[in-house]
Amino acid sequence: MIRYIGQRLLQGAFVLWAAYTVSFLILYLLPGDAVSIMASGDEQNAVDPALVEKLRAEYGLDRPLYEQYFVALFKAFQLDFGLSIKNGVPATQTVAEVLPETIKLAVAGFAVAVLLGSALAVVAAFSRNRWIRQTFSSLPPLGIAVPTFWIGLLLLQFFSFRLRLFPAIGNDGGQSLVLPALTLAIPTSAVIAQLLTRSLRQTLGEPYIEQIRAKGASEALINFGHALRNAAIPTLTMLGILVGNLLAGAVVSETVFSRAGIGRLTVTAVNSRDIPVVQTLVVLAAAIFVITSLIVDLIYPLVDPRINTARGAKV
Amino acid sequence: MSSHAEPLLKVENLRVDYVVDGSSRNAVAGVSFEVRAGEVVAIVGESGSGKTTTAHSIINLLPGNARVSSGSVTFDGTDLTQLTRKEWQGVRGKDIGLIPQDPTASLDPLQRVGEQVAEALTIHRLQPKKAARQSAVRLLEESGIRDAPSRARQFPHQFSGGMRQRVLIATALAAQPKLVIADEPTSALDVTVQRQILDNIATLTAERGTAVLLITHDLGVAADRADRIIVMRGGEIVEEGSATAVLGDPQHSYTQQLIAAAPGLSPRRLRPSLSVQNPRTATGGDVVHVFPLVEAKSLRKVFGLPRTAGGARSLTAVDDVSLDIRRGETLALVGESGSGKSTVARLLLRLDKPTSGSVTFDGVDLASAKGERLRQLRRRFQVVFQSPYASLDPRFSVEDIIAEPLRAFAEGTPAEQKSRVKALLEEVHLPVDYGTRRPAELSGGQRQRIAIARALALKPELVVLDEAVSALDVSVQAQILTLLAELQVQESLSYLFISHDLAVVQQISDRVAVMQAGKMVELGEATAVLENPAEDYTRQLITAIPGRVPIAG
Repeated sequence: MIRYIGQRLLQGAFVLWAAYTVSFLILYLLPGDAVSIMASGDEQNAVDPALVEKLRAEYGLDRPLYEQYFVALFKAFQLDFGLSIKNGVPATQTVAEVLPETIKLAVAGFAVAVLLGSALAVVAAFSRNRWIRQTFSSLPPLGIAVPTFWIGLLLLQFFSFRLRLFPAIGNDGGQSLVLPALTLAIPTSAVIAQLLTRSLRQTLGEPYIEQIRAKGASEALINFGHALRNAAIPTLTMLGILVGNLLAGAVVSETVFSRAGIGRLTVTAVNSRDIPVVQTLVVLAAAIFVITSLIVDLIYPLVDPRINTARGAKV
Repeated sequence: MSSHAEPLLKVENLRVDYVVDGSSRNAVAGVSFEVRAGEVVAIVGESGSGKTTTAHSIINLLPGNARVSSGSVTFDGTDLTQLTRKEWQGVRGKDIGLIPQDPTASLDPLQRVGEQVAEALTIHRLQPKKAARQSAVRLLEESGIRDAPSRARQFPHQFSGGMRQRVLIATALAAQPKLVIADEPTSALDVTVQRQILDNIATLTAERGTAVLLITHDLGVAADRADRIIVMRGGEIVEEGSATAVLGDPQHSYTQQLIAAAPGLSPRRLRPSLSVQNPRTATGGDVVHVFPLVEAKSLRKVFGLPRTAGGARSLTAVDDVSLDIRRGETLALVGESGSGKSTVARLLLRLDKPTSGSVTFDGVDLASAKGERLRQLRRRFQVVFQSPYASLDPRFSVEDIIAEPLRAFAEGTPAEQKSRVKALLEEVHLPVDYGTRRPAELSGGQRQRIAIARALALKPELVVLDEAVSALDVSVQAQILTLLAELQVQESLSYLFISHDLAVVQQISDRVAVMQAGKMVELGEATAVLENPAEDYTRQLITAIPGRVPIAG
């Protein structure tokens, strides 16, 4: 088991390195660097080219690519991604400052998504009324198709401006978390609902379900005592990817509601070509993916006795 | 029990229809029969005869598109067709138990086995949870599960197919129902296990005085087990009576056909066997072939196992097996699942490489053959697999399936390939216009004919038949075996016939090789091995053939 976790962590380290390197190359290939963007004011107060060169030398931007890369990589190993070009504080600190806000948002959003998605799937798969089943199973595709920012804007319009129930922007307290979390939760819950509904329907057709019915079990025992657990397993596999979706959703949600957080930080950092901050964010996102998929794989054998993660095989 | 008493189960004029694509199709057309308390009644018929639909309508577990359009089912004085959903829950499991068809898929994979048995008691509030768990262990013990207290805490995947069926028998009998419906309880199992399972059902139900409604396609099984036999065909009962009457003096021609098709009931050979001294090539007056077509010497195959705590690192699937296949003969390779017979076939076909040992085909060493040379050798040995459902590409037409090997070896022009396909369809006795159909439109037997036609397309010398008739109904099985015997003479083929079913083997093979746990335990002339087995294990396999008892007695 320990050996398995060790192997997985090594793989994770490789993923982090690859994410760092790829993002480094992409940012390098983009036209213009941080200094030239800072310097590109309007015509009237054009910056002295000599000063620009001096700044570039200070940030090491005049060196050849490989040298810049190895210097940066070596520092990155020590969790030093450099100083934010925008405000001069360490990039890691800039990210760490807003990270708790995004964690709050993501946890709230994810919890709502799981509850809402499961509830939708349960109704869509278990209801005895055909009309209800059909209506509820057509909701998830709708939730996936509608753009997140539009959901955010609708919620904003209705609950903040019309009903004045929740604040429209900002990060103060639980009140301000409700609408962004909902915006984040709706598309994610739609994915969960769709996967779980399909999986539940398939499970209900399995011979063992008929066998449980032949024992005289009530529909409630069949549905909630047997089918739901079995159907949850394929959905669990998707959990790692869904957490990634949450990060992408956070970018939109935080922008629409003007919340501080790593989503909005990503947007501003990319726009101002703040390479140290962008790289910190990329490595952070990769780390989140690595850790969630490891957690999912470790949870798996607890849920499904047929799977032994360390052996990586179905027995 | 007096004959005047009310029967336990009375089915009257039962009619069931399926709605398929908006139109209604009749599956059971007015069936009436009775089962008395403690009696064992078998319903026998081919797939599509409506036997399973009849059984499932008794316990109201029909698929969503099935409708009981008329008739009544009276159980213990109650009309079951009038029950509400809630009332049904009190009947199922408690009054009527069900032993299902496929034990491997009929247990909840996430629930401990003991819990699943206990559930049959707790659902009906017959026992509190703790007591039910203890009863479950006792029930598992009675069903023949050794070391039941610790086995009860295991999960279904840790049980073999036969063991799972024992768990399901324990479950079905837990609440002491008056009637148990056993729906093809052994058709997914090996013959030796089959016998143990049927014995187990018989003993347990006899002890408890439980009536059994046994659904089976195998008249041999019915003959062994039932007091009365009901023969169904096309949704109707064609014959009904005591087991001795139906078997000894069948009235309906269909029953007579079924008796003829059941290998255990009518032992016979489909063609004269070749003797060692007198191979077919010699009888024709030709040169006697000194070398066998295939020769395998001390084959060994070891598979590495995934790392487990304290478990074995490797599994020896085939251990020092030597055999030869002579030209024009049928060599049967017999054994239970897991005995290594399919692995031997894979080694002979060069689908796998042996860990040690050698295989020569017509004097050529297969292990050293590579690339184009191996590819050219491959056309000389072909294979037909067990499941005609899985071995045909559902998106191909029958014509494309049969022509595929011809295209792979660029045999002839497209027009020549087309006429070859037609000839092959005729050889396997299928109408030529079947060429445009797709596998889904064909029955299991027809599909297996297609698979045989495909194997013959390149005019091979050896055909490996890997459990090629095991998935088929008994009567279809007989047709395919006859076809194989006919083709063998026509095309002068050698067969390696792999099977777990000695009843089938005795009909077609010249020599029999018996495998157990990777080793060859016996190899000899078919008649010698089957009539006078040298090994205990072979004897066990022979006694397991269903339907043998009435013949002997």
